[in-house]
Amino acid sequence: MNLPNLARTSAFRLTLLYMTLFGASVLVLLGFISWSTIALIERQTDETIEAEIRGLAEQYRGRGLLRLVDVIHERSADHADQDNVYLLTDPKLGPIAGNLTHWPARTDAGGWVQLSLTKRENGESIAHHIRARTFALPGGYRLLVGRDTNEKDKFRAIVNEAVNWSLALTFGFGLIGGVFISRRMLSRVDRISTTARGIIAGDLARRIEISGSDDEFDRLAENLNAMLDQIERLMTGMRLATDSIAHDLRGPLTRLKGRVEMALRCPPEKGQDREALADVLAQTDAALVVFDTLLKIATAEARTDPADLEPVDIASLASDAAEFYEPVAEEKGIALDVDTDGPARIRGQPQLLAQAIANLLDNAVKHTPAGGRITVTIGNRGDGVDLAVADTGPGIPEADRERVLERFVRLEESRSSPGAGLGLSLVAAVAKLHDATVRLDDNDPGLRISLRFPADPDTEGGNGAAPGTKDRLR
Amino acid sequence: MRILIIEDDRETADYLRKGLAENGHVVDHAPTGPQGLAMALESIYDALIVDRMLPGLDGLSVIQALRKEQVKIPVLILSALGQVNDRVRGLKAGGDDYLVKPFAFSELLARMEALGRRATPEEKVVTTLGLADLEMDLLARTVTRADRPIDLQPREFRLLEYLMRHAGQVVTRTMLLESVWDYHFDPQTNVIDVHISRLRAKIDKGFDEPLLHTVRGAGYTLREPA
Repeated sequence: MNLPNLARTSAFRLTLLYMTLFGASVLVLLGFISWSTIALIERQTDETIEAEIRGLAEQYRGRGLLRLVDVIHERSADHADQDNVYLLTDPKLGPIAGNLTHWPARTDAGGWVQLSLTKRENGESIAHHIRARTFALPGGYRLLVGRDTNEKDKFRAIVNEAVNWSLALTFGFGLIGGVFISRRMLSRVDRISTTARGIIAGDLARRIEISGSDDEFDRLAENLNAMLDQIERLMTGMRLATDSIAHDLRGPLTRLKGRVEMALRCPPEKGQDREALADVLAQTDAALVVFDTLLKIATAEARTDPADLEPVDIASLASDAAEFYEPVAEEKGIALDVDTDGPARIRGQPQLLAQAIANLLDNAVKHTPAGGRITVTIGNRGDGVDLAVADTGPGIPEADRERVLERFVRLEESRSSPGAGLGLSLVAAVAKLHDATVRLDDNDPGLRISLRFPADPDTEGGNGAAPGTKDRLR
Repeated sequence: MRILIIEDDRETADYLRKGLAENGHVVDHAPTGPQGLAMALESIYDALIVDRMLPGLDGLSVIQALRKEQVKIPVLILSALGQVNDRVRGLKAGGDDYLVKPFAFSELLARMEALGRRATPEEKVVTTLGLADLEMDLLARTVTRADRPIDLQPREFRLLEYLMRHAGQVVTRTMLLESVWDYHFDPQTNVIDVHISRLRAKIDKGFDEPLLHTVRGAGYTLREPA
């Protein structure tokens, strides 16, 4: 991983931005501290100067000019305190006493003045800044008292240095941190990219490694893995569907082709032609039904938008379907009963649910012998709704129960019954769409297929409130 | 009826035109959306057959434009899109009926004739229906034939009502499934036939002239004895 590459990562850019912000805030903070400290020092200097002027003026007033001159001599001669500057002049600004050579050219309104002196220290001439105040004494004499402000300048220099160091450190650490974090993030993102490339290249079973730190990268990896699982499921489903289409449509299409060829070979006799055509039409319709059902299964399995699901009373759907099949059952000498305990609301697609229930009943009617009984039970079970269709037919051996939910599976015993073998697969797909579980049990004798739907969260507690009522929601 | 077909597939259009003409209808054809819309706006047609996927302007937009212009010609939507949502979208756009491709011609013909009937203003509320000596009181929900009361289950009543409202026309199994049961799928078993034979046993059994007839390869019809 080279550096220009690193500089393009968002982690690095974020670190840089953060660093800049942090540096700016350090700058502002130190700037404020230095500004307020300097202001304080300036104020203290000014106060000291004022106090001294007041003191000297008092000396002058009380003990006269000579005493003042003495005091000034004494103070300006004090080598220990070279920071103080004094000057006493006569009215013509001629110096009388003090360690300043001449009176400043101009002062501001308050009598304050800024002076620059060059002092020799250890053989080097150093510029000193002096803040001073002038004061007019009675009798036209003038007094100047000043203080060297080098202390303040020194402080400012220290603050500047601190600012520079902190900025340098901030940027230094930021840069190192940025590189470190970016490398870390990049390595994990790179690992995800590598996995993705592997999957694109065809290794569909590959999954993104989870580090176990349970951070956002792990969550991302988990979600991506879940997405990949779903995609793989859908793809497997699709492959299965295409395989099944190829497999099960080849049959009717081959028969269709054979029928047409045979009709073409036969000498044209009107009646036979028509018979052949009717046959062809029936075969085409059969193929179209298979197509249509496969399409519905595919749609249901692809999971629709939850917004497409609406509140449905599955009890009324089942009652309607049972009523629809009742004449067929009666014709075959089968009793068909419905057992409900009132409305059973779930969220679903009414048409698909109705078809699923119809398929269950269709199946039951087909496999139940005369004198048998089909029972449809819909029951509210607290957290969900149970729908069961039980018949007294031959049932399904336990080993085959899972298999019949797959597409095109028709058990050998039922090969003679009509149907493309898609009825129960559609039921399974519709159940999956509604987050329902499908169970196949022994009805002793016969088969009992039960579906458990999660209850509609919007009608919590509302289900089964009025037993025996059969109201339609739609 | 004068029928306009808006359909871009020439083969389908020819097949429809030929079939409808054979059944005594006058048929025009428009191959694109804009052309179809312009022709439909002339308001000389009794019914429209509109394909959903059209060049220029899709079928639903054509219908919406027509409805916006207050053109109330009955419209049958033809489409390869057969999901429940597609159907709902088609009817919401202003279509009166929705038929999924591929379809049987007899299905289309029956639906067109049902639509054409709907177009003739028959707005007043009907409370009784009658055909020959069969009488149906929609308010009291009673049925008599030759003054003999016939006892019908609620669904049988709805079935008979639908057949009587379309008396003289062919009604297909799919039309019955959709209108009487609100089922938009074909059950694998011919359940409708059993329902019809039950109804037939109730209204025709014991009378000289049968009213309910099976039309081979198409459906059923309820008609006056010749």
